[in-house]
Amino acid sequence: MAAKAHPVSAPPGHWRKRTPRQELAIFAGWVLGLAFCSWCFQVMTAETIWSFVADAPKQAADIGSRMVPPAWGFTRELLYPLWETLNIATLGTLIGLALATPVAFLAARNTTPSAAFARPLALFVIVASRSINSLIWALLLVAILGPGPLAGVFAIALRSIGFIGKLLYEAIEEIDPTQVEAIEATGASGAQVMAWGVAPQVAPTLAGITVFRWDINIRESTVLGLVGAGGIGVKLEAALGVLAWPKVTMLLILILATVVASEWVSARVRQRLI
Amino acid sequence: MTGAAALAPATWKRPPLIADARLRWALCLGAAAYLVIGIGSLEVNWARLADGFERGGRFVLAFLQPDFTTRWDDIRRGFVESLTMTVTSTAIGVLLSIPVAIGAASNLAPRWIYSLCRGFVAVSRTLNEIIVAILLVAMFGFGPFAGFLTLTFATIGFMAKLLAEDIEEIAPDQLDALRATGAGFLQQLDFGVLSQVMPRLIGLSMYRLDINFRESAVIGIVGAGGVGDTLNTAMDRYEYDSAAAVILIIIAIVFAAEYSSGWLRKRIQ
Repeated sequence: MAAKAHPVSAPPGHWRKRTPRQELAIFAGWVLGLAFCSWCFQVMTAETIWSFVADAPKQAADIGSRMVPPAWGFTRELLYPLWETLNIATLGTLIGLALATPVAFLAARNTTPSAAFARPLALFVIVASRSINSLIWALLLVAILGPGPLAGVFAIALRSIGFIGKLLYEAIEEIDPTQVEAIEATGASGAQVMAWGVAPQVAPTLAGITVFRWDINIRESTVLGLVGAGGIGVKLEAALGVLAWPKVTMLLILILATVVASEWVSARVRQRLI
Repeated sequence: MTGAAALAPATWKRPPLIADARLRWALCLGAAAYLVIGIGSLEVNWARLADGFERGGRFVLAFLQPDFTTRWDDIRRGFVESLTMTVTSTAIGVLLSIPVAIGAASNLAPRWIYSLCRGFVAVSRTLNEIIVAILLVAMFGFGPFAGFLTLTFATIGFMAKLLAEDIEEIAPDQLDALRATGAGFLQQLDFGVLSQVMPRLIGLSMYRLDINFRESAVIGIVGAGGVGDTLNTAMDRYEYDSAAAVILIIIAIVFAAEYSSGWLRKRIQ
């Protein structure tokens, strides 16, 4: 992108950002990209039934008319599932935090006990946890642990390891080494160096990351019930299953309110921390 | 040294995170009470759990011996859907997010357009992809087209928010210089704004491509196409070895994408 080559060949008095050859290359890139995208679109929609798509506005209007008014009275039944959702997110975050901290210390270049063995292993744990969405973790865990909030808690925890672990190990790699050296100079053991040289430097970051992840986890735990992992999503699945659209509206309103509230809490706490 | 030790207390205590002792204790007690109540509300079914351990063992075994071949046609179809969905939704989402981002930048857009675009961004970011997918599947029917729309919608909100923040931080001098030459609004955007935010735009697009792939593996659970559908079916049939194969391929693709996008971002910046 940098303007390395000056447009010497352009006629004087007519300034161009790039040489003709650069412009041609960029144009060719656009054509290829466009061709690739349209090919992808064709492959993707090969089996799409277009009459359903054309029908969408009518469907939307139909569903919309069924969705109002929301079933306000349904709220009373939803308070316990909502509490369960909060528990899934909070306990999941705590377990994730407890598991992610050692993984991050193993993954950080400056604290890992063995760069050849432990570090790649910890990095793999982080990538594996990050690549799988909590809903997929829940799908697997419901099969193993049975339906219920326990599967949800562990799904959230497993997904949080990668997120907290990645951000924490990057923070550990960026700490000020002179403080660590000062602690080492007093003759502190390895664990003491961790506790007094490294941990105080990353503690505020870790608290911020955890609150941030908690906020994301609230959002994700609202839908875990779709695969049977407890919380308010179970009610959503049930309402969708019988096409009880007024109840669905009520659920969506409640979920949105919860997400907005948790975002507000997390933003306030992080402001205080930083 | 010995004289100082006599004056100062013999031990040193780390200053606590929360200075007010009463608040600290209240928080600790509250946290402990919450843990007891929260864990108590989990309703663990121990008999079911004991059953589960046997299944968990089979699951771990499945990961050691994933079965790529038996359901390969389903797996391949799922990944083709997921990948094409990822590419198209990222491309169209990024393209559409640029005007929304310009509208959501307070230094470029008039007040009413600004509020409109910010409102759209807020809605798109608050709605969970799964919930959007459920609604769009109900409207557009099952299949990857609904998934494509879901991911496009989410991409616009994500990109527009981050890009608008970047546009608001550009150096205004370049824009002033362009205005002084008599450049039109589109010319100002091309030479004054886009040229400044381009590296960030490319970096964010790469990041979003990665996120879209991961999300495309999930929305299939609610019928919006992609490999999530394959995975869900495999789990329903108790074919853990096929499910393990799907998950391992997802991890491999995410790993490759993360590695290459990191490499690309390093080269651009």
